[in-house]
This record gives sequence, structure tokens and C-alpha cells, in this order.
Amino acid sequence: MHSFWIIFKQAFLTKAKTKSFIITTVIVVAAFFLLANISNIVAIFDGEEPEENVLYVLSEETELLENLQVQLALMETDIKVVPAHLTETELQESITEGTIDDYLVLTRNEQLIARYVSESANELGSGNEIENAVQAIHTAITAESLGLDARQVDQLFMLVEFERQAVSESSKSQEELSQARGLVYVLIMLIYVAVIYYPNMIAMEVATEKSSRVMEILISSVSPVKHMFAKIAGIGCLGILQMLIFGTAGYLAIKTAGTDLTEGIFSVMGFSEVKISTFLFAVLFFLLGYFLYAVLAALLGSLVSRTEDVQQLMLPMMILIIIASLIAFSGITVPEANYVTVSSFIPFFAPLVMFLRVGMLDLPLWEPLLSIAIMLVTIGVLGWFGARVYRGGVLMYGSSQSLKDIRKAIRLGNKK
Amino acid sequence: MTLHVEHVTKKFGDFTAVDNLSLIIQEGGMHGFLGANGAGKTTTFRMILGLLDPTEGSVWWKGKPITYASSPEIGYLPEERGLYPKMKVEEQLVYLAQLRKMSKGDAKREATAWLKRFEVPHYGQKKVEELSKGNQQKIQLIAALLHKPSLLILDEPFSGLDPVNVEMLKKAILDFQKQGATIVFSSHRMDHVEELCDDMSILDRGKVVVGGPIKKVKRSFGKQKVRLNVDADLSSLSGVAGVDNFTKTKEGAIFQITDERVAQTLLAKAMKLGTLRHFAVEEPSLEEIFIAKVGKYHA
Repeated sequence: MHSFWIIFKQAFLTKAKTKSFIITTVIVVAAFFLLANISNIVAIFDGEEPEENVLYVLSEETELLENLQVQLALMETDIKVVPAHLTETELQESITEGTIDDYLVLTRNEQLIARYVSESANELGSGNEIENAVQAIHTAITAESLGLDARQVDQLFMLVEFERQAVSESSKSQEELSQARGLVYVLIMLIYVAVIYYPNMIAMEVATEKSSRVMEILISSVSPVKHMFAKIAGIGCLGILQMLIFGTAGYLAIKTAGTDLTEGIFSVMGFSEVKISTFLFAVLFFLLGYFLYAVLAALLGSLVSRTEDVQQLMLPMMILIIIASLIAFSGITVPEANYVTVSSFIPFFAPLVMFLRVGMLDLPLWEPLLSIAIMLVTIGVLGWFGARVYRGGVLMYGSSQSLKDIRKAIRLGNKK
Repeated sequence: MTLHVEHVTKKFGDFTAVDNLSLIIQEGGMHGFLGANGAGKTTTFRMILGLLDPTEGSVWWKGKPITYASSPEIGYLPEERGLYPKMKVEEQLVYLAQLRKMSKGDAKREATAWLKRFEVPHYGQKKVEELSKGNQQKIQLIAALLHKPSLLILDEPFSGLDPVNVEMLKKAILDFQKQGATIVFSSHRMDHVEELCDDMSILDRGKVVVGGPIKKVKRSFGKQKVRLNVDADLSSLSGVAGVDNFTKTKEGAIFQITDERVAQTLLAKAMKLGTLRHFAVEEPSLEEIFIAKVGKYHA
């Protein structure tokens, strides 16, 4: 056990002290604070240069102009309608020169005809709002000509009550779902990053020790299996530490942001009503996912002789993670789909997909437990298998860099 | 209290790397392995260390197989040198010694002492990658013996070193032996083995072709050289019975003989030819034995 701790400490401390680790952590934490305060920051810039949103309108009827201004005001836009005193060609030139953004041509024959001109058609301008406003004016005019009174117009345009209700017991109500979605999304993202980042770190570490040939000294002192697991545990703790820092930073960032973030956008993301169990499952699936992929990464890292070859051998593993993430991210809108359910029991996808289901649905407890058990068994089997490959792999040198080397490595590490 | 290697064979697929190798190394002895590249030296060492399991046979150290439990007693300098390039020398030495169950304080003290002995005390705080190759090798040797192992295995300890550093390391290794350690090392420099070892083995294609105490090996080799410096032409003596080989030198000739008595005959005949200036019966060097034993396989 003594040497286990020494390797553990070494793996943890040397990595924690590297510049790249510290810089990454600082940057992410800074990004959190920046994001949390983004509305404040935007407000500062907005306050400094208030921009007049002016819409030039070419129209012969001043009544239409007034109506448009009223409608735009009703829609809570800050667009100011200004009658244009220029010809259309002159207005177009002004757009090309950049002195104005857009203009609107309004004419009334049988019906209302509007033409909105801006620099490019796909520009995210105020086109939609203006279209809605013009539509509203048109409706009002038509209603008037048909002799409808205001109450009748209101009735005509009353919104239907459309509520979604689910029969399935495991399904959460619409409101709950949209609340959970944001949080689950963020946590899946974290798990996804973690199962890529930390196992990669392990593969690189192992490959570095091999390529610098210090490995032979290490495994003549300590058994390769102990070495492998101590390293995985060390980097794992580093991962937990980093995630804790991120978590605390994120929490503090939201709390100190000054604006009431639990309302606004963040209520949509489900931060207002956080379920503790979601977090517990997130930590659990983070750990399981990490161990699963870390063992795999150590196995793969032990096969290469040069650090340059690591990425190539890691590719199959990366593909597994990417497939898992695709299922999880697509499943966030349809957590009850069949393919999501099935893949939540496949060990390599489970860390992401089962967490998604746990977060989004009210599952009976046995489902996540079964998935966790499957993952534990897989980790055990992979650990046993990985240790065998590792034992031989670390002694293997050469240009070889394919998965076929696994067989060679097992033979080399074999008892007989 | 010895190192026993009993009928050890290691096969990689169809390839036999080590073939039925047996040897006994007494405690406190120094044993040299000689062999061309690929003769099976490193594989033998890895089996002694337990890094590889022999296909057949067994290895015993002090009556027990070598496992990770014996890790503190064993020191190893691998053929492929390796240290963490980015780690500081002292930190690294302490880490590696701790893995061999030495306490941190002891390891630090010993590391400082060894760095001083190798005349590089200021390297403790330097990164390994900043050191020259020769100095890295010193650090590597310190890493192998810092924890005071009783069995030290050195795979090509002197390769790539300048003569001054070779002498420094040789002395350190001899001193370490005097403190009671058993040392096994390999080299393809015959003179190092000849100078340091009591016993030796020449390996070729996984087999020991010659082995035992160096003196005995030389004597049983049977071939000796007679050097005669005479002021006359000695080519007539090349036909004497028992002379295998005759080489002319500036001052006389060298005769390769199989029987010591032939030397007397040669001496008697040479004295009749002219004035004798020098006569010597020379033992064969390990180099000659090596070439004779291994070279003929390659021929």
C-alpha cells in the first residue's frame, strides 16, 4: 500500500503543479465569472453608447406611419419610425454607404403592401418585428372594413389553450422537464469533457513514462498493476479537485453576479430548483465513466512507444465517447426513446446516457442501479484485462501502434 | 545466500531468446555477462527481476523467488536509460528510492552524498533533460543503488561514457561490492568484465557458451600465445608441431599454441636462431575467447 500512495501522490502533485493544469483551471473559472456577469457587462456597453434604432419609412399615408409606430411600441421594441424624405435610390445608396441600416416601403391598394430593404437578406435585423407590426396593422384595417368591433377582433385572435400532459409515470411534467433539461445538459457536458480529458491525461502519462524509458525502473520496483491503478486514482482525484473548483466557482459566480440570476435565463436552465439526487448521480456517473475510460486509456497508452502515437490508438475510444455524447445530447429532447433506453445499459454509453435518463425521467431505482452494476462489472473485467495488457505492453518497444499489439502484449506479460 | 538461475528458458513464440540457462552467483560476487546484441542478456535480467516469467525453469534469490516483496533489496539499471526528463534530479531520486521502500529523509541524505561523490552536487535542483548524457547516466546509476540493494543488476553500465567517468563509475561499483552487494552486469566491453569480475558468462543466442571464474575460463580455453622477440627471421618456426598460428611482428613473432610445452620447444629453437630479447607466454584475452567461441557461430 505504501508504494501505491507514493505513486498516487506523485501522479496527483506533479500534474496539479503543471502550468497547463493551473492555466486551464484559471481560464475556465474566469469564463464562469464572465458568463455569469455577461448581462451586466452588456448593460455597461449598452449604457455607454445608446443606439437609436431608426426605421425610415417611405409612405404616402402618414396614418400608416402612426399606426406602425403604435404597433412597434406595443410590441416592446425600441424601433423609432421616421418618415423618409429621400427617394428610394437615395435610400439604397445610404444603405450601401452604411449611414442607415434599413428602410420600409409601405403602400396601400386593395391590401397593405410592405417591402423591407436592408443590406443583406439574411441579416438578423428587425425584419421579423416589422413584419409582425405590419401584419397587425393589416388585421386592424381589415377588421375595421368588415365592421368588427374590438372585442370581436380579440376573440378572433385568442390563443388556444394548449397543454402537454404525459401519461407515462416516469415522465416528468412539462415544467419539470424544461427545468431539469438545462442542468442535465450542463452536467452531461461536464461528464463528457471529464471522460475525454482525464483518461487522455493518463494515456499521455503512461506513454511518456514508456517513451522516456523510466517505465522499466518503475515496474521493476512496483508491480505494473499497482502502478496503473495508483496512477488512475491519482489523476482521478485531480479530476475531482478540478471539478470541485469549477463547481464552487460556478456557484459563486452565479451568487455574486449581482443580478438575480435564479430568475431570468437561469430559471429556464433549472438552476432555481436543483435536485440533490441529480448532483449525486452526476458525481457517481462521472466517477464510473472516468474509471471505465481511464482503465481503457491506460491499456492503450501502454501499447505505444512514442507519445506521438497516443492519439492514433486512442481514436477507437474517442469514437465510443463521441457516440455516447451524440446519444445523450440528442436524447435530451426525447429521453424516453428506445435507443436511449437501450444504450443506457451499454457500459461505454451508460455514464452519459443513463445520467441523462436519471436526470430527465423519474426512473425506478433499479434501472440506474442495474446500469451502475453493469459498469462496475465492466470496469472490473477491463481492469483485469487491462492489467494483463499493461504488464506486457510496458515492456514492448517498437514502431508498432495498432490494436493487434494487445495480443502481443498479453503474450509478453503471460505467466508461461 | 546466492542467486540461482536454474535451467531457465524464455520463448517468444517460436523464437527462443534464452535457452536452458543455469548459473549460480555467490553472495558478494560480481558476475559479468558478455554477449553480442540480441544474445539474451536483457531478457535474462528481466527474468531475474521478475519482469518476465521464464517459459521454463526458475530463479531464486536467497532461496526465494524474486517478487515485488523483494523490491527494496534489488537495484536495476536498465539498458535503455530512462528518467523523467522534466523532473528535478533530487526529486526523482527520492521518488524512485521511495518506491523501493526507502524513507524520504534517508533517500534525500543518500542522494546528496552520491551527487557529491560523482562531483555533481549542484545538479540536485536541475531537470534531467538539462544534463548531458554522461551525467544522466550517473544519475541513473545513483537511482539503481541509492536504496542500498543487496542485489544490483546493471545492464551495460558504461556504454556512452567518457574514460574519466567510466573510471569513476567503476570505482563506485567496486566500492558497492565491497559493502557486500551481489552485482550482475552486462557489457560488450571485454576489458571491463576482465577488470571487474570474478566470474563471467559468454552468451550467444540464448545459450551460455563459456562460463565460470575468469581464470579457469582462460586456462581451459587451451590456447596461449607465445611472444618471441629475436633478431632473426622466425618464419622457419611456423612449422613446429603444435603451432596453430604464426604472426610476424616488428621485433619478432607471435605464436598461437595449444600446448604449454610447445612454448619450451619454441624457446629452445629460437635461441639457436639469434639473440633473444623477449620471451613470454601470454594468457588469452577475453576478447580472443569471445571471438573464438561466438565468432565461429557467425562464420
